[in-house]
Amino acid sequence: MSERFRRLLDFSGMDVDRILAILATTDVMAQVLQRPVKRVPALQGFTVATLFFEDSTRTRLSFERAARAQSADVMAFARGGTSLSKGESLRDTVATLDALQVDAYVVRHPAAGAAHQVASWTDAAVINAGDGRRAHPTQALLDAYAYREATGRPFEETRLTIVGDVAHSRVARSDAELWQRLGAEVVLCGPPTLLPPDLAALPGVRLETRLEPALDGAHAVMALRLQHERMDTGRIHSTAAYAERYQLTEARLAGAHPDAVVLHPGPMNRDVEIEGALADGPRSLITRQVAAGVPVRMAVLYHLLVGKGSR
Amino acid sequence: MTVKAILLDARELDRALTRIAHEIVESNKGAENLALVGVHTRGVPIAERLADRIASFESLRPPVGKLDITLYRDDLTEIALQPVVKKTEVAFDVSGMRLVLCDDVLYTGRTARAALDALVDMGRPAAIQYAVLVDRGHRELPIRADYVGKNVPTRRDEVVKVRLEEIDGEDGVVLGVRGEAPT
Repeated sequence: MSERFRRLLDFSGMDVDRILAILATTDVMAQVLQRPVKRVPALQGFTVATLFFEDSTRTRLSFERAARAQSADVMAFARGGTSLSKGESLRDTVATLDALQVDAYVVRHPAAGAAHQVASWTDAAVINAGDGRRAHPTQALLDAYAYREATGRPFEETRLTIVGDVAHSRVARSDAELWQRLGAEVVLCGPPTLLPPDLAALPGVRLETRLEPALDGAHAVMALRLQHERMDTGRIHSTAAYAERYQLTEARLAGAHPDAVVLHPGPMNRDVEIEGALADGPRSLITRQVAAGVPVRMAVLYHLLVGKGSR
Repeated sequence: MTVKAILLDARELDRALTRIAHEIVESNKGAENLALVGVHTRGVPIAERLADRIASFESLRPPVGKLDITLYRDDLTEIALQPVVKKTEVAFDVSGMRLVLCDDVLYTGRTARAALDALVDMGRPAAIQYAVLVDRGHRELPIRADYVGKNVPTRRDEVVKVRLEEIDGEDGVVLGVRGEAPT
């Protein structure tokens, strides 16, 4: 953990100590957000740029709030109507922002590897806020944080089941990677056309095409958003057919651990991948997940920026 | 670090804290509306001990809080090692309270500056006072302590090391020199 931590692109190569340190700092940041003055001067003088080439409300807003709550300046760059090819326009944008002395980039892009590209062009800190179907590490961190806060159960004694379109989900990928790194057992469940075989290669990760065995004994169950474009590509027949087999409902959680909690990365299709009553019920951590977004991202910015040589 | 002198032994440290506790009560005319806030790490047991002593001669024990000032430091872009942020635990409302900020050593005054900013972000205390076990001089900011266990003139290359039972297993304050081989 001694080398300088300057990029959060995914969890490959990140050791457990660093993950736990970020979660510990998140605790302190959550405390700051409960005070009358929800702001500390820790990142005063730093500039954080959000580069969003894909629509997002909660992620971008929570990053901006996380930066401002530590007194950093924020520059928000949203996708414009440029006709340049994506690679070139991204590179030019980074060159421009580098000249404006940006200290950290928060990058969301539809192309997998976009944040890695940005990281190769700049010396500033870089956070991947979602790249294609590859990774969305801060979402996974906030899921893990929300779960730990709500249950207190050690990750080593936890089974996480992720249900839905795993193949196209950067959230599923990052969560699977993070939770198994923390010692949890991870079960990925969905129709065979939406399950990526490569993820099963991770130690402690198992694939299931049927919901019942996937939910058996689970402590945390995450429903993924069913993206409507999947139906156009013929990977599933219809929303109704999907819901019939894979919708998370209170009744279907009968085989899960009695205290099992339910997560959803949002935005959710009520009564498609998750029963509305379950999403609003006592098992649901959905509101906690949203609330955890700001302190987790504050902690990540703190760990990336504080220390000599960050400017 | 090489030890050059013992500044306070365990009994002297104990007496210094007892005197400070009396001074705090005297100057605040009792322990009503009083609270102690210790700065992580060694300010915390100092605040606890002062509260215990105040409780022994007043009818009440003032509440004690723990303050971590990391997020308020002014050197976060300069330090090589990233500081671990710890939790601040102040369970009472600071507004209207007379707070005594407690720490082991007063040196440049930068910790106190950070602590003052952190405290006023929690509310509006009626007053903030400052108690330290050792004042070693070399102020870089206009800060002074209201209660001092011992004033010690030092050189900048010297180190004042406070050891407390709760953390270090023994009580005492020593003056040392950084990096010198033992003689």
